[in-house]
Amino acid sequence: MALPLGIAGTWAYRRFIFGSVSQELRARYTGSLLGVVWAFIQPLTLIVIYSVIFSKLMRPGLSGYDDQPFAYTIFLCSGLLLWMFFVELLTRSVGIFVQNGGLLKKIQFPRLTLPIIALLAAVSNYAIIMLWFLLLMVWTDFVPGVVVFGALPVIVIVAGLAVGLGLLGATINVYYRDVEHFTSVLTQFWFWLTPIIYPLDIVPASVRWLFEWNPIFPLVAAMQDMFLRGNWPEWHTLTYPAVMSLGALCLGALVYFRLGQDMTDEF
Amino acid sequence: MNSDQALPIAQGALSLRGVTKGYRLYQKKWGRAAEWLGLGNHHHMHWVLNGIDLDLAPGEALGVVGENGAGKSTLLKLITGVSRPTAGHINVGGKISALLELGIGFNADFTGRQNAAHALRLSGVADEQLSGLLVDVESFSDLGEYFDYPVRTYSSGMQCRLGFAAATAVRPDILIVDEALAVGDVFFQQRCYDRISAFREQGSTLLFVSHSAQAVFALCDRAVLLSEGRVVIDGAPRAVIDLYNAQVVAKSAAHGVTIQSLPSDDAASAAGSGHTEGDLPATVGSYSAGSARLDGVAVLQAGEPAAAVLADRPITVRARVVFLEAVADPHVGVQVRNIRGEVLYQAHTHGLGHKLGDAAAHEVLEVDFTFIAPLMPGDYTLTVGVAAGGKPGGAVERSLFRHQDIASFSLIRPPDDDFWDGIVNLRPQVAVRRMAESENGG
Repeated sequence: MALPLGIAGTWAYRRFIFGSVSQELRARYTGSLLGVVWAFIQPLTLIVIYSVIFSKLMRPGLSGYDDQPFAYTIFLCSGLLLWMFFVELLTRSVGIFVQNGGLLKKIQFPRLTLPIIALLAAVSNYAIIMLWFLLLMVWTDFVPGVVVFGALPVIVIVAGLAVGLGLLGATINVYYRDVEHFTSVLTQFWFWLTPIIYPLDIVPASVRWLFEWNPIFPLVAAMQDMFLRGNWPEWHTLTYPAVMSLGALCLGALVYFRLGQDMTDEF
Repeated sequence: MNSDQALPIAQGALSLRGVTKGYRLYQKKWGRAAEWLGLGNHHHMHWVLNGIDLDLAPGEALGVVGENGAGKSTLLKLITGVSRPTAGHINVGGKISALLELGIGFNADFTGRQNAAHALRLSGVADEQLSGLLVDVESFSDLGEYFDYPVRTYSSGMQCRLGFAAATAVRPDILIVDEALAVGDVFFQQRCYDRISAFREQGSTLLFVSHSAQAVFALCDRAVLLSEGRVVIDGAPRAVIDLYNAQVVAKSAAHGVTIQSLPSDDAASAAGSGHTEGDLPATVGSYSAGSARLDGVAVLQAGEPAAAVLADRPITVRARVVFLEAVADPHVGVQVRNIRGEVLYQAHTHGLGHKLGDAAAHEVLEVDFTFIAPLMPGDYTLTVGVAAGGKPGGAVERSLFRHQDIASFSLIRPPDDDFWDGIVNLRPQVAVRRMAESENGG
């Protein structure tokens, strides 16, 4: 008897997946008075706070853009929105089996539909926010042009990293709920160890090696390159994150298929 | 996974071979992680199912009974495929639909229609069929305009109606029903049973899990009793329910009780005391604690032993009890069941407000129960038991002996009886009043 563990049955459940994603987006945007506005208020708050505080504090940090008041905001948004997409997807993925435990132990359906729903919902969300970001760029005369398409491979790599680590965490989280807590701690450190709200220039050379290990860093840097400077990403810098992303996916899949067999026994 | 070993199986058939399920229990929290890393063995197994063999033919209806913890839910989880067996094979022919919990996965903020559509997609329904099925769900759930209101505005009964309607919109090859049906008002329950019966007529196989003997009798043509992860008996619902009931009694008995669990060929027709002294009665579900036994039960009408009795005259059931040892405050009980095994009446002397007085060893008591049985003409069986220690509220403390189906009688329609149908003759008074003619002249 085939357990609904693999990918084979997932295609047959595409209607369920799309239905769930649209439900999730509708739940997020139609339940409240301000609806879709809320989706931007959270990132907007962060962006405004960081813009005001850091663009004043660290003006010399963003060299070459002293005459452009929105340069820091564009720089910030490029990295921060990508990071928020990463964290949202990672956090959602890590909790996905535990949160759907009731469903998993009662109804037989392909389990991989759950992370796929999380992925599609996060991507849709990110796409909506990015549209607003592009509007902001047009309004502030930072029109990056055709290089925005360079964001696509970056997003794919980030998504792979989040889903891979998410699947790994989600499976272990079924047995040890510590993973959820650990994830929120980890992402805090990770955030501050990524040059998102500050440029790499202000990091002392003695600790730069730490950033070289961070697979998110080249991705964030590529986004900043594209949106702030209008340059295509330096493709070779994406090799390391791409390998890490693939590695995370393999590791996540390995752990999921090895340990996820009896996850419903834990609910 | 066993998918590669799946044998071809008929549509609607179900086959379990040596299905075993154990859960790993870890003494230390770190045990599991240590095992992942290959650092020794830190668990012991808790076996829930031990080698279940079960075959269902297409269209068969099997009742699964058993006490809490017998492994019923685990068995259903394995069959529905949400959990996998530790050993053994499960072979399922066709689409399974499981009513384990109604309304699972509903989102309270969405309307009944949206949730129903979502539930249908979750069960793998294609988009082309969706709108047609939603019409069916809407009419069956009978929610009216509430169908387009958020589910959070529903009563629990309405949620169950929606859940049942959505879960049964598509006829499955195998339908698995847990006791989820004990919800909603009586009319909706009736419709649920009707729909299940209709599925059966159209060829669906049914697996019905229940504590309720009535429901198993009504829906199933075969039953199994699960106990400690094994199939104890697999046969006619009646014998299985008898054994189950005996098992429940034995569990609550203060001292050792032996249960007859071997199905005899003609258990139902074993009228009269078919046992010798000290022996356990031959009928399934009988039990004995060794301190009392029955020395015969007779059915009498007009003072004469009778196999066929008139429904409108008093019947006497005369039980002769032999005490093998001194028993304080003994009581004798009687149970009347119809041919399907449904209990029509049961009571014991304590519940009826009689005291028999302490019994000495080797004392013999004769107890008469005289009653009129206003029942449908047909065959009925009598089960007689002995217990001890009347408790306030009408219960007894210990069951000592029970002889399942010790006697039987045929009820004959009295010659001047009314024409009626059902189970009990309620003998209604009929009053008719002729009212004034309707004013708008119908």
